[in-house]
This record gives sequence, structure tokens and C-alpha cells, in this order.
Amino acid sequence: MAVMTYIQAISAALREELRHDERVFLIGEDIGVFGGAFKVTRGLQEEFGEWRVIDAPLSEVAIVGGSIGAALVGMRPVCEMQFSDFVSVAWDQLVTVAAKQHYRAGTPVPMVVRLPSGGGFSGGPFHSQNPESSFAHVPGLKVVCPATPADAKGLLVTAIADPNPVLYFEHKHLYRRLKDEVPEGRYAVPFGQARRHREGTDVTVVTWGAMVHTAAEAAEAVAADGGPSVEILDLRTLVPWDRESVLRSVEKTSKLLVLHEDTRTGGFGAEIAATVAEEAFEHLDAPIKRIAAPDTPVPFSPPLEKRFIPQVEDVVRGLRDLVAY
Amino acid sequence: MATGIAVDVVMPQMGVSVSEGTIIRWLKAEGDPVRADEALLEISTDKVDTEVPCPADGVLGEFLVHEGETVPVGTVLATILPPGAQAPSPEPAVPELEPVAAVVPAPLPAEAPVAPAPVAEEPAEDGRTEGRAFVSPVVARIAGEHGVDVSRVPGTGRGGRVTKTDILAFLDARSGRGEEELPPQAAPLPPPAAAPAAPAVAGEVLEPLTVMRRAIAEHMIRSVQTSAHVTAVFEIDMSRVVSIREKLKREFDERHGVRLTYLSFIARALCDALAKWPWLNAEIRGDRVVTKSFVNLGIAVALEDGKGLIVPVIRNAEEKNLLGIARSIADLAERARSKKLLPDDVQGGTFTITNPGGFGAIAGTPIINQPQVAILDVEAIVKRPVVITDEHGGDAIAIRPIMNLCLSFDHRLVDGAYAAPFMRDLKINLETWDESSY
Repeated sequence: MAVMTYIQAISAALREELRHDERVFLIGEDIGVFGGAFKVTRGLQEEFGEWRVIDAPLSEVAIVGGSIGAALVGMRPVCEMQFSDFVSVAWDQLVTVAAKQHYRAGTPVPMVVRLPSGGGFSGGPFHSQNPESSFAHVPGLKVVCPATPADAKGLLVTAIADPNPVLYFEHKHLYRRLKDEVPEGRYAVPFGQARRHREGTDVTVVTWGAMVHTAAEAAEAVAADGGPSVEILDLRTLVPWDRESVLRSVEKTSKLLVLHEDTRTGGFGAEIAATVAEEAFEHLDAPIKRIAAPDTPVPFSPPLEKRFIPQVEDVVRGLRDLVAY
Repeated sequence: MATGIAVDVVMPQMGVSVSEGTIIRWLKAEGDPVRADEALLEISTDKVDTEVPCPADGVLGEFLVHEGETVPVGTVLATILPPGAQAPSPEPAVPELEPVAAVVPAPLPAEAPVAPAPVAEEPAEDGRTEGRAFVSPVVARIAGEHGVDVSRVPGTGRGGRVTKTDILAFLDARSGRGEEELPPQAAPLPPPAAAPAAPAVAGEVLEPLTVMRRAIAEHMIRSVQTSAHVTAVFEIDMSRVVSIREKLKREFDERHGVRLTYLSFIARALCDALAKWPWLNAEIRGDRVVTKSFVNLGIAVALEDGKGLIVPVIRNAEEKNLLGIARSIADLAERARSKKLLPDDVQGGTFTITNPGGFGAIAGTPIINQPQVAILDVEAIVKRPVVITDEHGGDAIAIRPIMNLCLSFDHRLVDGAYAAPFMRDLKINLETWDESSY
């Protein structure tokens, strides 16, 4: 096994898939010569040429629309939004065309949209968002949010092989901060199977993306205090999401904290909380708690951004509150 | 926590509809060593009086409910401390008990939180500190599955709330003691509204009504308001029964150990008559009449203290011969007087016999035991001069043992033209008692 950063794992997956399947191609803004805004695709155009690593004009609607067309004729496009925030430009292509094509015409749309998302670096309201919940609400799209280098690679392989449009949210904050072992070669991490990041008995935390690591730090902090034993489930994919694992864990711990970096109202945490309330009501020993960003745009100001994005201390407080209930 | 090792004695559920019980007397004193299953106290419910067995070996702790008090089913009456535990020191001044009439079933005692609630890091914004009363879904489910009264579980959650961990620990401790699980308890019924009572004046003694008395009172009034009571009186010549009883009495006594009473003959003859006249072994249910192929024969038994009446039931009396009926009557009477009746013994009657003849009564108008439609009053057998027909066909005066049977029946269902031939058949059954068929 090689030790890789999160971003290296994504690059490795792209490289391997480009090598493995010549239907795969990449398209995005400045991904070729420049290697991408975050250098995910650095060196790929040199290896695979400008017809497989395509520098697109500054038009998300063209990138996504073109990818849909390519997918319809049998290609496996992987397109990049420079920042996930910009995907709103391509909303119509994704929601109206890609998500409904198979339902309307029976033709699959095997494409991946990579979406660098998340805050923590004072990027402000246009470069820090986590729009996964908006797309999780659209039937016909799959939503993936890896939290570890190994999952970043394995889930991207699965996304490229999937016959549906897949939105792949890669968290910018994890790109170079997270370094871990990644298996060699091609391997797939299946969709819809949560990963138990930490085993515990007293409280279940359900989260995904960068918040998995915030939750883990918080769990260590309360454990160091002799506090509760916290179980952390990393959902990995929101569509489909692993209801069974969440319900089983809540049946064990009877207390649930849902944590996400996206804003609170209508966030995917609400879906999880509602499902647990519906299906595991008689196992609950405390109200379900949500920790999420407030319903505002992401602030530029570093102290305000810290207030906005859930921090380790926020989760610690939430865990203590649940245990004391 | 002390409750982790002590065992509670609770007011038992003596039948589905029973919601409260009264302690008649404690058979043990506070601090007495006690053994599992020995009788600990006597209670009275509106169905039966009975003894409550001790749930565990140990030392009887403080009485939480005293003699004469009426409390809801499930209320903790006392605690059995583990063997060797320090007996509670007698309290210097036991607070004066309130008159029982004023003791209404209180809501289940809410224990004070055992420890002050931890100081919340943030002020409780939504008043959730009233946690003791709140039962979370998982705790409610576990309590329901294991028949636990949550108010008995020490709570360590916010505001003393019982957490899942608390109830699981409670169950662990309980199963460690091998305590029986109680069935889920019915919610206590609200107490009957007490009529405003005038205070006693000089020369009057004010006494609370017992649970049983209250139940009888309620039932009698309800019956009078429900049924259209009519009473028919028949005179029975018991000569034949008297002579047969004289003949069989010793045999029953010596061979079967059973006292053969007149009541056994009457019960037997009654079952035969009821088989021919099913509407007297019936009930009105809504707008239908329900007739029954079995006779569950209730026998009214006065309790020895004269303060109550109980009606144990001989099930399937129609299947029993004279010996079987005699044995059943003896058994029920004995168990009624020694307070050993079970809830099932006093339920499901289809016809009732009351027997004031033992005191010399010769006529009565009994009140029907609802939802039955008839009750037979058995009067004293009295020697009387009666006019008979002699062997020459002439009138003669003879001395005969005569007994009156008074049948109260519900005229809603049964007319006189139905009740009278039933009584006629009962009379014939007794006067022409066929020894060979019993």
C-alpha cells in the first residue's frame, strides 16, 4: 500500500481509469496545461493528450451539457467544476437532462461531475459551499462524498463505472491535510455502504466528508475526559445512503447526532433525522441532534467562518449534551 | 443504589379490571426477617381478599403503605432489604394516618432525583429539566417489554430522567435477583367521586367503606337500575330430599370426606331445570340475548366478619353429580373464608344461588348478580302442617319439611309464564328426587 494524500488518491484514480478504459475522458476549466486549479489533473494531459484531458471554455453549462452528450453516445466523461459552487450554472443540464434522461428515454448517462467543495480557508460565499443536499433531493442523480484517501480513490472508480450521472464532492480542506494508506491498483468502493470510522456504544454520529475528522477529534476529546463512547458512521454516499447501518447503530446507542458542514435547513441531516425518527423511534433515548452550519452564506472573515463551520468544540458540546440528557 | 439490591413489594394486579387494593393487615412487622413466598400481608380488592406472598428472602423494610390504606395497583408497599441488612430503626413519630376515606389513590409516587441534576453547561432553553416525568421512546419500549414501572427506576438523566442505561441496569439487577416480571399494569382508574360527607355528630361512628363494600354497593345499585326485578315464590316439600340426605350423609362423609348439604341437592336439581329453561341461564348483551350451554353456578358466601359477601363460582356445574357439586361447594366456601380465592374463582358466573335460609329466613327478594338474569333464594326448611292426599284419596294434615324457593328474574327477558314452569320443574326435581340418576 502506498501512503497518499486525499488529492493524490483522486489523481491516481483518474490516471488509472484513463489507462484502463479509453472511453474515459476529462473535461474542465484549466485542467489540461495548467493541471487544474488544485492540481488534481496535473500531468494527465501530458500522458493522455488533449483529446482525453480537455480544457473547456469558462462555461459550466457547456462542460456538463457536453459531457451528457458524450455519455449518451457511449463515452465515460469525468468533468470538473473548478469549485462546486459553480455547478449552479449547470443545474438545468444536470437536473433537467442528466437526471431524467434514463427515465424518459431509457438511455443511460454514465458521467461523473467532480465538485471541489467545502470551506475552511476563507474562500467566502462562492468558493466554500457544500451543495450536496440540493442534488441529493433530485431523483436520478447519485451523490458521493469521500472522507478518506482510500475512499476517494475507490469511490471515484465506482462513480466512473456507474451508468448514472454521479456527483462526486471532493472536500478541498482534505486535499493535502489528509494522508493515509491507499491500496495499489484499481479497486472499487461500493455505493450505499457506510464506513464505521470509530466504534462506540453511547452516541452515534452520522456524518460525511471533512466532518468525519471533526467528529473523530471530538470523540477523542470526550473519550480523553472519560466521557461517552462515540460511534462515528461515515456515510460515504448520500445517494444511495446506508439507512440500515444508521438504524442498526442507533438501535445500539439510542442517541444520534447528525453532523454536516452544509447549512442546516433542508440539509441532508434532516433526511437522516427524519428517517431515524420514523423507523427507530422506539429506540431513541434522546432527541436527535443536528449540528450544521447556520443558514447564511459562508463568511470570508476567518473568525466568522470558524463560527460558521462546525468545529470540534461544537461537536464536543453536542456529544456532552446528548449524553447528559 | 440501594434499590439495585432491594426488592419492592407492590400492590398486585388481582384481575384485569382491578385497579386498586386496600391493605387489611400486615402479617409481619418492619424489620422482621422474611422468606420468599411466605405470606406478607393481606389485601382486599373489589374482587377478592387475598394474601400477598413475600417476593424475596430478606428483611422487611419500612411500611410505605399502612393498614387500611387504599392504593393503585403497582404501588410499592414496602421493600425487602437483602438478608443481613440493617432493619430500619422505628420512626419516633409516625405521622397520624389520614382517615381512609380521604386517602385517594395518589399518582404513582415520583421519586425525588437521587442526586442533584448536573449543572447544565448552558441554561436549559426549553425547560427540559422537568425530566423525571419524561419517558423517552426507548425507555418506554423497554419498560413495556419487561413490565417495569418506570417510576420505580432510579434516574440519572437530566432532571432525574430515567435513561436507557438506567433501565437496563435496573433490569440487570432485577434478573440477578430472579424477580418475576410483572405483567404490564393497567392504568389506575380515577377514584370514585366521594359524595360530600357530613361529619359525625355525638353518638355516631364514622367508618370508611371497605373496597369490597363500595364494590357491592355500586353493583347492587347498578343491578336494580338495570333489570326489571320480579320475584316468584314456590313451596317445596323436601321430605324426599331429607330422607335421601339422611341416608347418604354418612357415606359422603366417610367415603369422600365431603359434607352433604341441602344446597348440593338444590344446585343439582337447579342445573337440570336450567337445561330445560335456557333463558334463565342467560344474559342480555346489547340488543341480543346470550344463552349458555354451561352453568357457572355462583354461590353467595358471607364473610365471617359480616362485612362482605363474595360469590365464588362452580364452573360447569351442569357436568357435576351430587358428589362433585357437594365437593365444589365445600371447597369454595372454605377458600372464600380463608381468603384463598383466586380472581378466576369469582368471575364468569351465569346463575347465582343465595342461601339466607341458614339463618331461618323464609322469603326474600334477592337482587340479580349482573349480567345474569336470575337469582335463586334458598330459604329455611321448616316443618309445617300441610294438607296432603292420603292413600284413600282423602285430605289429611301431615307434618312435612317445607322450604320456600324465591326466584328473582329479569322481566326484561323472562316473563312469569317462563319463570313459573321453570320453578315448577325445579320443584318436581326436588320432590321426586331420583336417587339412581345422581
